[in-house]
Amino acid sequence: MSARKIHAGNNDPFWVRIIVITISVTFVALMLVLPLGVIFWEAFRKGGAAYLKAFQDRNAMRAITMTCLAAGIAVPLNLVFGITASWAIAKFNFRGKGLLIALIDLPFAISPVISGLIYILVFGMQGWLGKWLEGHGIQIIFAVPGIVLATTFVTFPFVARELIPLMQEQGSEEEWAAISLGANGWQTFWRVTLPNIKWGVLYGVLLCNARAMGEFGAVSVVSSNIRGGTNTLPLHIDALYNDYNSVAAFAMASILALLGVVTLVGKNLLERKIEQESINSLESRTTKVSQ
Amino acid sequence: MSIEIRNISKSFDSFTALKDISLKIENGELISLLGPSGSGKTTLLRIIAGMESPDPNPDSQVLFFGEDVARKPVGDRKVGFVFQHYALFKHMSVFENIAFGLRVRPRSQRPAESAIRDKVHSLLNLIQLEGFGTRFPKQLSGGQRQRVALARALAIEPQVLLLDEPFGALDAKVRKSLRDWLRSLHDELNTTTILVTHDQEEALEVSDRVVVMNQARIEQVGAPDEVFHQPASEFVIDFLGNVNVFHGRVNQGQAVLENHQTSISDPFVPAGENANVYVRPNDISIDRTPTGKSSMAATVTRINRAGVHAKISLELTNKEEIRVDITMEQLMELHLQLGDSVFVHLNKARVFVPDYTI
Repeated sequence: MSARKIHAGNNDPFWVRIIVITISVTFVALMLVLPLGVIFWEAFRKGGAAYLKAFQDRNAMRAITMTCLAAGIAVPLNLVFGITASWAIAKFNFRGKGLLIALIDLPFAISPVISGLIYILVFGMQGWLGKWLEGHGIQIIFAVPGIVLATTFVTFPFVARELIPLMQEQGSEEEWAAISLGANGWQTFWRVTLPNIKWGVLYGVLLCNARAMGEFGAVSVVSSNIRGGTNTLPLHIDALYNDYNSVAAFAMASILALLGVVTLVGKNLLERKIEQESINSLESRTTKVSQ
Repeated sequence: MSIEIRNISKSFDSFTALKDISLKIENGELISLLGPSGSGKTTLLRIIAGMESPDPNPDSQVLFFGEDVARKPVGDRKVGFVFQHYALFKHMSVFENIAFGLRVRPRSQRPAESAIRDKVHSLLNLIQLEGFGTRFPKQLSGGQRQRVALARALAIEPQVLLLDEPFGALDAKVRKSLRDWLRSLHDELNTTTILVTHDQEEALEVSDRVVVMNQARIEQVGAPDEVFHQPASEFVIDFLGNVNVFHGRVNQGQAVLENHQTSISDPFVPAGENANVYVRPNDISIDRTPTGKSSMAATVTRINRAGVHAKISLELTNKEEIRVDITMEQLMELHLQLGDSVFVHLNKARVFVPDYTI
């Protein structure tokens, strides 16, 4: 009886299975695979030479540099923040912990455009700190700092979100063991905590980086779309496309698409590692094998 | 090393884990903190280790050899802590786990690599796991893991060894053999050891002294036979093994059982109106015929032969259920069958007058 119930899904009529599978596969093909294919198709439509030429453009190189710079600063910042925040949340009890968890999710909850506007309101010419910043000759909005800030804000939750549940599950007994054996805070972190969360950290960094490099909305607001100046790769693609330069636009887009594919593969590999790790930690707690 | 705890209290929000605890632990002693979950025993252990700080109170002190360690962080107290779930470092080999405490020492105090190797090997030898150094924790059984955890704690040559339900996650057979091994290890090393457990058999068998805890307080401190035979409170007698409870009155040093024509004397009996009379299952005898006026009629409702003793359940005439342990020989002699009418006699009891015991 029960065995039949478990396999009830396999007993659905043949046509039901065909329809359900067809719908899913068609949807994925139309919405995901086709657009991805189109990017590479369009990029190579006029041949490899035209594709490569798109990269020789000064503005294109500048856009790639800007994107790498923004991600290069935002990701390490969020890495440090993410580890610190999840450590605090998982290992200590303090007032306002719930609020901190909620705030970490804020960038997920609000539109990226709003995220950009916040920085204009604070650092822009008409903003709260605008006058003071101008007086000291510091430009944040429509410049590199603004782009870095907006990127950091938008990608803020990725590392922390990944690590909080992982660290909560692992608890702090190993850390206490290390401390009771005389290890100081740094030694405990580097020798005990970090090895236990390394795959989770990498996973968070990977997602954080993909988002940092691909962010359009927030960056678009704080950048002023200066070609060869403050344009990042996504903004540059948008500009090229608006100029009807579709080969160049798709050539640039192919970089981001490739990044996406690499991220996806990496993500799947890491997920397997993390799963293995939590099985290990579970096993080490529950096995009662006799000696 | 002698440890003295003075007037320690600890509360978490509205929950009181420890209420004004004072305790002195002698040098080289193996002492158990025994109690049900929530009695505060683990909190007390963590306060001694420095993993938890007691509620601020000018009178409260934790003394190691007379020195107040209240401000000393965990790492400076030289305590070896062993956790219920081992807390071994998963990504390190057994060797590296044991060597950890030596490797994290400041460079000036760190032993040479060869000295570390010798130390780890002698510890592996001590825990009977020679040749397991290159294995990882997940390749070991629970009992082996806990021995590695103990070796890791011993590597720093702790002044005191703190064990938090160390055998709680192991099955009964391994638990018993590890407990015997721990006792012989203690006799060899003589490190002051505090063992937290909720298993009364474990506490009574392994320790020099037992601290029975309940609801944030210490109920009794004493040698195993002392707490077992002279329990200081109803909680202690109830917690340390099976016991039958009768209600009655105390009259001139005799507890007279309610609803029964029987009375029993207890050398420690206090004066009072209402009394609870505790009788261990092996302090009751069963006979076919009444053995005097204090015998009570009973009917056999269950016979369990699985064990060293036969466990007999009986129903008294007023429907009260009692448990009696008799030897297998006695069971054979009596030819007991289910439903038999017999007479029971209380040989020894402990009487508590509720108002007089806290």
